[in-house]
Amino acid sequence: MTNQRTISRESDLSGQEYQWGFVTDVETDIAPKGLSEDIVRLISAKKEEPDWLLEWRLKAYRHWLVQYETENEPSWANIDYPKIDYQDIYYYAAPKSSSQAPKSLDDVDPEMLATFEKLGIPLQERAALAGVAVDAVFDSVSVATTMAKQLGELGIIFCSFSDAVKKHPDLVKKYLGSVVPYTDNFFATLNAAVFSDGSFAYIPPGVRCPIELMTYFRINTEGSGQFERTLIVADKGAYVSYLEGCTAPFRKTHQLHAATVELVALDDSEIKYSTIQNWFPGTPEGEGGVYNFVTKRGRADKNAKISWTQVETGSAITWKYPSVILKGDNSVGEFFSVALANNHQQADTGTKMIHIGKNTKSTIVAKGISAGKGNNTYRGQVQIMPGAENATNHTQCDSLLVGDECGAHTVPYIEVRNPTARLEHEASTSKVSDEQLFYLRARGLSEEEAHHMIITGWSRDVIKELPFEFALEASQLLKVSLEGAVG
Amino acid sequence: MLEIKNLQASVVDIEDSEILRGIDLRVNKGEVHAIMGPNGSGKSTLANVLMGRLDYEVTGGDILLEGKSIVDLPPEQRAHLGMFLAFQYPAEIPGVRPWQFLKAALDARADARGEEKMTVRNFSKLFDEKVEAVGINPQLVKRSLNEGFSGGEKKRNEMLQLEILQPSLAILDETDSGLDVDALRIVAEGVNSMRSPDRSFIIVTHYQRLLNYIRPDVVHILVQGKIMKTGGPELALEVEKDGYRNYLPAGATA
Repeated sequence: MTNQRTISRESDLSGQEYQWGFVTDVETDIAPKGLSEDIVRLISAKKEEPDWLLEWRLKAYRHWLVQYETENEPSWANIDYPKIDYQDIYYYAAPKSSSQAPKSLDDVDPEMLATFEKLGIPLQERAALAGVAVDAVFDSVSVATTMAKQLGELGIIFCSFSDAVKKHPDLVKKYLGSVVPYTDNFFATLNAAVFSDGSFAYIPPGVRCPIELMTYFRINTEGSGQFERTLIVADKGAYVSYLEGCTAPFRKTHQLHAATVELVALDDSEIKYSTIQNWFPGTPEGEGGVYNFVTKRGRADKNAKISWTQVETGSAITWKYPSVILKGDNSVGEFFSVALANNHQQADTGTKMIHIGKNTKSTIVAKGISAGKGNNTYRGQVQIMPGAENATNHTQCDSLLVGDECGAHTVPYIEVRNPTARLEHEASTSKVSDEQLFYLRARGLSEEEAHHMIITGWSRDVIKELPFEFALEASQLLKVSLEGAVG
Repeated sequence: MLEIKNLQASVVDIEDSEILRGIDLRVNKGEVHAIMGPNGSGKSTLANVLMGRLDYEVTGGDILLEGKSIVDLPPEQRAHLGMFLAFQYPAEIPGVRPWQFLKAALDARADARGEEKMTVRNFSKLFDEKVEAVGINPQLVKRSLNEGFSGGEKKRNEMLQLEILQPSLAILDETDSGLDVDALRIVAEGVNSMRSPDRSFIIVTHYQRLLNYIRPDVVHILVQGKIMKTGGPELALEVEKDGYRNYLPAGATA
């Protein structure tokens, strides 16, 4: 049973580290530190969840406990970080009111606003991103409301995960854990036990979602916490393009992030999932920063297509392998990635393409940029199962080094169990050359502009996969993220 | 316009690597100078040192542009002052389109000079005109800068940049090498059409061939990092006939 008295109220979270140098004293219901069955029950009770979901969380928690006690935390990635103390983390903190949030942009840290300016974030979105109380952001809200109405008429469901559990329990129950089971891996199991909130989207059969989901709803992700859970279902013949995150340096109050994203693409449908991640990377000296351990996977049924595009510039540690299970015949999986590791950042990221159906096709374009003392690893797996007749994969892995103290690594795993498969793997490592820099500078570009032009040009194959309005922001983001590494 | 005084330069971080051993040169406004010399004489080094390439270190002397020393300026500031180097081996920049690159170059210069940037519409018009004038395959400029370009295409692309940036001092570093006769003519026509009382050229070349199409005002013979002789166009013809042997120390070969 939940013991409500275990909740202590604190009006100030200053005991935790705020990474972005500005603090919002949001009133918070906060549970004590540490993970236990009681905490899991508390989270579920606070969210008024049905019994089946509580049971699912508890099964995950018990599974995680075994992993934890047998020290089964994954250690194969090429990353180095101090041991995480899982009993020293808050697992529940509910944002309570917006009364303490900044009232307008005038109350927001000017440095934050300067960054928005540099990134070219549209004016009307800046307030929401800076955490200004939602009711003060009239423009965004009215746009969001209009869009919600339009989506509703098409039968598209797009809401927070918690809302979906309440309003569409059958859909959630049917698909939750169907692609990433709670037993999947240490971090996904932890997420299943304690996930806070996230997004849910369902596109009915044959419907093409008319907007990029999230573009008008960025504010919805605010405050969904460190254990996000997202579930997107495209029913037969549906299409949706979803954008997660944004270029703004989101203030994140927690160091450990363990999110899970599940995509379900039923027959003949298509899901395009784009991510821009720019969380606090730590100081240039390597202190602090977000540890980002993410599990993302999609299942593509017959003739379905799933496309992951990511631009990863933030976090001190990135551990992330968005994958596609090509289950149905003729299904297609794509992965386009730019990962940047500057200063002391470490990124170990890549993808898994698991070919089960016949004539399945996957494409991987992974670009890693290492600068400063950054360390970047591409880790990818292409698996061709025995029944996957005529499967094809093309993999291209490129590394770019800026300076001479950084590292780039490529770790491809290939497993072929059907002789008709055709796989191609290309890899390259290059440096920004003095010849290239001199050429651009001799035409009048500064050293920094020259670097930026070379790096965004080199990343173009990935950037062009992003929805148009974000491609420009992503390019600016690369520039801002490399400030200090060059020039 | 340009005055070079006793210029000495070495390769950075390599001892006893002096390549330019005291060069004196004066280029007035509107003049076309040719610098000729055998392989390894320091011609290309001179062109690169003038533009501020960081692989070289100026160990003595001075370079004055409009009376002001530019020796300590980075390459981009020399470009903003109106200098241009047409590269012998232009770098390949994957994913960057020539259009985007040139617009950025013009914008950077306008910024530095406090001038208004050209509108995208006007720039596009100018770009299309010049692409046609230089005879570049329009499909080529939609690709990555210099990537997969043939030698001749790279040189035409340099000429495209020259035409668009309209510098006041253009240095052509062996732009004629690797060009067929047609391409050579296009380069020459470009230079000739841009000759004006306000613009100077320094044309670095091994062969006299290009000078059949561009008539220089002054010809310099550079050998072993020094200018051995300066004269009129007739000097180029002399080199064509006799080679550089008259300027080499006894026993050396060109």
